[in-house]
Amino acid sequence: MKYAYYPGCSLECSSVAYDISVRKVAEVLGIDLREIDDWNCCGATEFFSQDELVACSVVARNLALVDPQIDQVVVPCAACYLNLKKTDTLMAEDAEIGGKINEALSAGNLHYQGGRVRVRHMLEVIYDDVGEAAIRAKVKRPLTGLKVAPYYGCQVVRPRDAFDDTEHPVKLDELFTWLGAEVVDYPLKTHCCGGHMTQISEPQAFELIRRLLDSAVERGADMILTMCPMCQLNLDAYQGPTANYFHTSFNMPIVFFTQMLGIAFGLEPKQLGFGKEIVAAEPVIRAKLAPAASATTA
Amino acid sequence: MAEKVGIYVCHCGSNIAGMVDVEEVAKWAGANIDDVVVSRDYKFMCSSLGQQMIQEDIKKEGLTRVVVAACSPHLHEKTFRRACEDAGLNPFLFQMANIREHVSWVAKDKDAATRKAKAQVAAAAERVKLQQPLKPMQVEVNPATLVVGGGIAGLQATLELADAGYPVYLVEREPSIGGHMAQFDKTFPTLDCSACILTPKMSEVGQHENVTMFTYSELEEVSGSVGNFKVRIRKKARYVNEELCTGCGICSEKCPKKVVDDAFEAGLGKRKAIYTPFPQAVPRTPVIDTESCIWFQKGKCRTCEKICPTGAIDYEQEDEIVELEVGNIILATGWKMFDCRKVSQYGYGRLPNVFTSMEFERMCNAAGPTGGKIVLRDGKTEPEAIAIIHCVGSRDVNHNPYCSNVCCMAALKFGHLVLEKTDADVYSCYIDMRTPSKDYEEFYQRLLGEGMHFVRGKVAEVTDAGRVPFEHGKLIVQMEDTLLGRQRRIPVDMVVLMGALEPQADAKETGRTCGISCAASGWFTERHPKLDPVATMTDGVFVAGVCQGPKDIPASVAQGAAAAARVQGMITKGVVTIEPIVASVDEERCSGCRICNTLCPFGAIEFDEEKQVSRVITALCKGCGTCVAACPANAITGAHFNFDQISAEIAGALWDARADDESPAAGTPSAAGTAS
Repeated sequence: MKYAYYPGCSLECSSVAYDISVRKVAEVLGIDLREIDDWNCCGATEFFSQDELVACSVVARNLALVDPQIDQVVVPCAACYLNLKKTDTLMAEDAEIGGKINEALSAGNLHYQGGRVRVRHMLEVIYDDVGEAAIRAKVKRPLTGLKVAPYYGCQVVRPRDAFDDTEHPVKLDELFTWLGAEVVDYPLKTHCCGGHMTQISEPQAFELIRRLLDSAVERGADMILTMCPMCQLNLDAYQGPTANYFHTSFNMPIVFFTQMLGIAFGLEPKQLGFGKEIVAAEPVIRAKLAPAASATTA
Repeated sequence: MAEKVGIYVCHCGSNIAGMVDVEEVAKWAGANIDDVVVSRDYKFMCSSLGQQMIQEDIKKEGLTRVVVAACSPHLHEKTFRRACEDAGLNPFLFQMANIREHVSWVAKDKDAATRKAKAQVAAAAERVKLQQPLKPMQVEVNPATLVVGGGIAGLQATLELADAGYPVYLVEREPSIGGHMAQFDKTFPTLDCSACILTPKMSEVGQHENVTMFTYSELEEVSGSVGNFKVRIRKKARYVNEELCTGCGICSEKCPKKVVDDAFEAGLGKRKAIYTPFPQAVPRTPVIDTESCIWFQKGKCRTCEKICPTGAIDYEQEDEIVELEVGNIILATGWKMFDCRKVSQYGYGRLPNVFTSMEFERMCNAAGPTGGKIVLRDGKTEPEAIAIIHCVGSRDVNHNPYCSNVCCMAALKFGHLVLEKTDADVYSCYIDMRTPSKDYEEFYQRLLGEGMHFVRGKVAEVTDAGRVPFEHGKLIVQMEDTLLGRQRRIPVDMVVLMGALEPQADAKETGRTCGISCAASGWFTERHPKLDPVATMTDGVFVAGVCQGPKDIPASVAQGAAAAARVQGMITKGVVTIEPIVASVDEERCSGCRICNTLCPFGAIEFDEEKQVSRVITALCKGCGTCVAACPANAITGAHFNFDQISAEIAGALWDARADDESPAAGTPSAAGTAS
């Protein structure tokens, strides 16, 4: 299985653990990721609200750079995924906009035909392309005894042809039951993490973050699984300030789902980027899980 | 001898004239099409003055062919054919060009529309010159009628016809007649007991001398045409002999196997493996559900057989095929409830105290699984607050764009029942309140007075994730109150989802069986949405009730009666005129290959073994043209649609594909003809 890989800027700094664990897990599952050469910014949310045509052109450059032999691109970041998918759909459906974007791309001797590259999220590829049997076969350290809250965030299942139920997605839930984890019912799984409100009005953001953390605590979760750099950053880095603001305390590790997937596959935390998070996850893993089977036999 | 063709271009007010230059079309046709002696335009051709104009021209100018360029032939072909006939011209020497539905209503550019209108007129004119006089055929109408569906619409139709003295065959899929209405507790806005008004009609049908019921049966096949349909019905095996069974019910009582009743009790209650759906079922004969019966599944038990006092249990019974002949068919196949799980944010199937409207109907019903008590899923706790969410799966681009028509009133009825039976607060979460029929708005006013809460807005989600202490343990309905302009979180104990009415899962198939079509929404298409709501495009097939579109009980009853009245008209007249558009075989050319015999979808071609040729049975032929196209020897001709006529029509339609100086008719018909 060969895919182009678009990491996006977050995965190079604040969410480097996501990038590390995605690559490791892909290796274990035989997902052949080929990083797009010279990729650039996806435009984030800001650029799209300024000038959509220019933003789309910026995104389209990445699609145009995908190896002509490859027709799928994997994107782990929720925002990048949404932007790439949106641009591809727009270019496929609207010949006029597609033409304008290609006019811009031609300055760099590039061209992209909307619909040529299928934009896919990492979860989708793992769940749909690898599938249950192959994943179960790779589990060396079942997550038995660990309670996880599956947090999808607002973006991943939002594109029109979402790969999961838009309002009540379940694929992350199911994936972790295959790994042996206890997946708690997490009703806020698609609710907002606050996004950039942390920069604009902290009290608003704190309230949204509190709800998500409170609900996970209430449902007995040991950690929250995320698939979005923004969600991870907000729930992790702002966990302390949120607790201070409400005169309470939290100790809820927020990890990328691929990190825990790696743990289940018997990889060591240090191979998966653990230690970069602010609320430490390793103590929870040590407390809840038996040591890796491969580690004990080795 | 050249024909004398008259062309009449209709303005249809501004319907056509607003987009097509009708005067130009008429002038052009008069100047450019061969054999046209009169070409006129007129405001409304279908008016009596318009018709008179044609009739006078036929008499004075000696027209031998007439073309009217106006609306769809579905609307006025009959009108103009009759006008021609009254003036002494064979009605099949008339042709209609559709320049409204096919041109003006779908065009955006005036020049292009005018050009296309010319093409339509030229096509009709070239074709009409080659048309031949035909004589309509008359067939007798079988006075028996098939009614499909034993809900309230089907029951009404059945009774109207049976009371008028005509035989009716009533086919119902479920073990009992009664339909959805049998499940309801009260009916809006009068609040009379649904069973009390329905069951007398059910037993009347059950005992009527003119009614033959086929319950637990399916319509499998329909052949023939108006006046003389042949239908095949599959009577599914009940495993109970209807002749011997007295309906005492002891078999159900003693049956050791209980299962969830997903049909009548909407999953809220249980039934036995041998059962009648409800106590007032008609007929009383039970059926065995082989999926859950211990004998059928495990080869043990036979309790019902041992206990039955008349020896009516028959485990060997098989499906039975019944073939009937009827003159007309009324489809009253009803609806199914939208699967509320699809609106996943409302939590049905995930949050136990979210109910569907059908479940709530059963819960309110005194004969239902809770004995009429409104309680949570645990079966005992009374709710302190209930939210009723409207438009679940209706008026929603993700599911069904249409309004389901009955839900607002049903929600008000539920509100009334909650306030009457409990101390609970009840909230109606509505987008728009729709109460348009007689006494409906008054019922809404009544509920406003009774203290039901109305919150206007589309519910975003139903969640069990409380944010503040008083929300914990509750279901929270999150929505924007669009009248207040604020977000609201309404904590309740129970949520009722007013699910959309949807076409039956196999509605398309049923339609195909009977030769009628479904609209994009899946409901059966009527002949005219306003003026002919119970007839269909297939003569002799009528629709009634919700299968034609969401409607309430009064409207369903009205349609049932209307369909019956239409059928009675056919029966009373006794004969029906059939279009003489049929195929015929030229025996000289037929090689006896029999390809057409198997292709004919109506079984209308027989084979003459002696002469070794195929022959069309005119009474059965529908003129579809399949055999005409398939015959390798060109031995079959479709009357009114022969090769020459169609080729001429195509040549006419392509008038502007040729050089400007040529007239459209030049060199066409004979050059294109093949089967002369």
